[in-house]
Amino acid sequence: MSEITPELVRHLAGLARIEVSEAEVAQFASQLALIVESVATVKAAVSDEIVATSHPIPMANVFREDVVKPSLTQAQALSGAADSESGRFKVSAILDED
Amino acid sequence: MSVLNKSAHELASMLASKEISSVELTKAQLDNIDNLNPKLNSYLIVTHELALAQAREVDELRAKGEKLSALAGVPIAVKDNLTTIGIETTAGSKILKGWVPPYNATVVEKVLAHRMPILGKTNLDEFAMGSSTENSAYGPSLNPWDLARTPGGSGGGSSSAVASMQAPLALGSDTGGSIRFPAAVTGTVGVKPTYGAVSRYGLIALGSSLDQVGPVTRNVMDAAMLQDAIAGHDQMDATSLPESLGSMTEAAKNDSVKGLKIGIIKELTGEGFQSGVSERFQEALDLLVAAGAEIVEVSCPSFQYAIAAYYLIQPAEASSNLARFDSVRFGLRVMPEGAATVEKVMAATREEGFGAEVKRRIILGTYALSSGYYDAYYGSAQKVRTLIQADLAKAFEKADVLVSPTAPTTAFLLGEKQEDPLAMYLNDIATIPANLAGIPGMSLPVGLASEDNLPVGAQFLAPARQDARLYKVGAVLEKFLENKWSKSMLDFAPELKVN
Repeated sequence: MSEITPELVRHLAGLARIEVSEAEVAQFASQLALIVESVATVKAAVSDEIVATSHPIPMANVFREDVVKPSLTQAQALSGAADSESGRFKVSAILDED
Repeated sequence: MSVLNKSAHELASMLASKEISSVELTKAQLDNIDNLNPKLNSYLIVTHELALAQAREVDELRAKGEKLSALAGVPIAVKDNLTTIGIETTAGSKILKGWVPPYNATVVEKVLAHRMPILGKTNLDEFAMGSSTENSAYGPSLNPWDLARTPGGSGGGSSSAVASMQAPLALGSDTGGSIRFPAAVTGTVGVKPTYGAVSRYGLIALGSSLDQVGPVTRNVMDAAMLQDAIAGHDQMDATSLPESLGSMTEAAKNDSVKGLKIGIIKELTGEGFQSGVSERFQEALDLLVAAGAEIVEVSCPSFQYAIAAYYLIQPAEASSNLARFDSVRFGLRVMPEGAATVEKVMAATREEGFGAEVKRRIILGTYALSSGYYDAYYGSAQKVRTLIQADLAKAFEKADVLVSPTAPTTAFLLGEKQEDPLAMYLNDIATIPANLAGIPGMSLPVGLASEDNLPVGAQFLAPARQDARLYKVGAVLEKFLENKWSKSMLDFAPELKVN
C-alpha cells in the first residue's frame, strides 16, 4: 500500500511544471513509492520537542555596505535567453485564450 | 618521471625555479587530455587556446620578475557546474546545452587571480545528482583503474581526470559526497571544506544548505594549497563565513599525530562494508596508532536516519533551485505544438531538458514540501539534522577527528545500480552526515582492496571550522602509507591502454 499513486505523480509533475509521459508516470510511481517508504523513517526518529535545523551554520543579519557595484549589462543578462525583444525577455502568452 | 605524474606542489616549485614553463606544462597536460579524454570522457569541454594563453601570460609575468602566488602556472580542471565566462557551462544537463555564462563563479575568479590555466570543464551527474556520472546527459566518465567501472559521482569527471594525469588539480562540489566518494574510488584526495569556507557564488545550486566547493587532488599538500587558494569570505554568498580558517598549507606540513584522539564511528564500520575496504581501513588505523594516536570508539546513533533525511532535504531544495530552468532566461526552450502558453512551453522544455533522476528528485522534493506533508517529511528531516549535529558534538568531545571508510565498497560497475535509485543512494551513507552538519571531511586513499585491487578511501571528519585538523592527520597518514608502499597510491594504477 503506497501513497504514491500514478495520479499523484501526474499532479506533482504538473506542480513542478514538468510534462511527463505515461511511461514515466508508471516508472516514477513505482520508484518513488519505494523511496518515500524509505525516507519516511525520519518520522519515527523525531519528536515534538526537537528543534528543526534549516542551516548547518546559522548566520543572522548578513549585511554589506550599500554601494553601487558593477553588474551585468542588459545585453549580458539577455545573452542566454531563447528570445528577447527591446531589451526584454520574450515569452509566449501568459494566459490561455479561453 | 614525466611532468604529468608530478604533484601540484612539486610543479609549483619547478615553475618558481623556472625549471619548466607553464606553457610546456600546460601543453603536456593538453596532449595527455587529447590522448585519454576520448576514451575516459572526463572533460565535457577542453579549453586548449584559453589554457595556453593563460600559461603564456603567467610565464611572461614570471620572466618580468612579478610576484606570483604559490600555484601560479599550475593548470586546473573545473567541474562543469561552476560558471565560467566565455566557456559553455552545462552542469551535465541537456537543458543548459550551449549556455555560455556572463559571469564567473567566485572560485573561478580566484583560480584566474592565482593565474592557474583552466584546462576545461569536467563531467558530472546532471546537476550533481548521482554517485556515478551515469546521470550525465553527455555519457558517463570512466574509472582509469578499470574502464568498466564508475569513477564515482557526481564529480567523476574531476576524479577521473586527476587520477589519469589529465590534470594535477581539479575543483569539485560536494552536496552529499560528490567530492569524497569519487576520490575514494579513484585513489585520489578529495576535501569538502566547512560549509561556508569556500564561496558558492556561481556554483549552480543543488541543495543550498548542503553544497560546498572543494579540492580534488592527488595528495594532501596539493589539496591544502588549493583550499587556501579558493577559500575566504565572499560578499556574493550570504552563507560565506566571515572569518579565516587559517592556513591549510601550514597544517599539511604537520608530521606528528602523537596524542591525537581519533574517534571510530561505530555505526560506519563492520557490517555492510566490503571486507577489503574494512581491511585497508583497519591497517590505516594501525599505522596511526603506531605513530602515537589514540583510538576511541564513538557512537552516532542518528546516522541511521541520515540518508532518509538527506533524500528529503536535498530534493526539496533542488526542486526549488531548479525552478530557475524555466525556458525564459537561459537554456533550452521547446515549443509544443499548437498555441502554447508560457506554462506549457515551460513544461515541455523541462520534460525534454531534464533527465530521469532530476525529474524524480524534483517530483520527490515537490511532494516533501507540499502542504499536509511538509511537517511529516521536510520538517522531520530537519529535526534529524539537529540530532546528527548533537551526536557529532558529543563525539567531538571525546575525539579530535572522526574516521570511517569513505564508502562501503570500491568502485561499482557502470550500469550496476542505474535501474535502482535507492541502491545508488546507499553509497552516500558515510559522506552525507558531514553535509547535513556542515562539518569538513576529507577522503584519503589507503590502499587497494585485496579482492578486486581497487582503491579504498578513509574519511576523516572534524568539527566545523577545524578543517586544519583534517590536513594535519591526512598528511601524516599519507606519509606513513607512502613509506610502507615505497610509492604513491596512483603508482599502483594499471597502465591505461586507450587505442
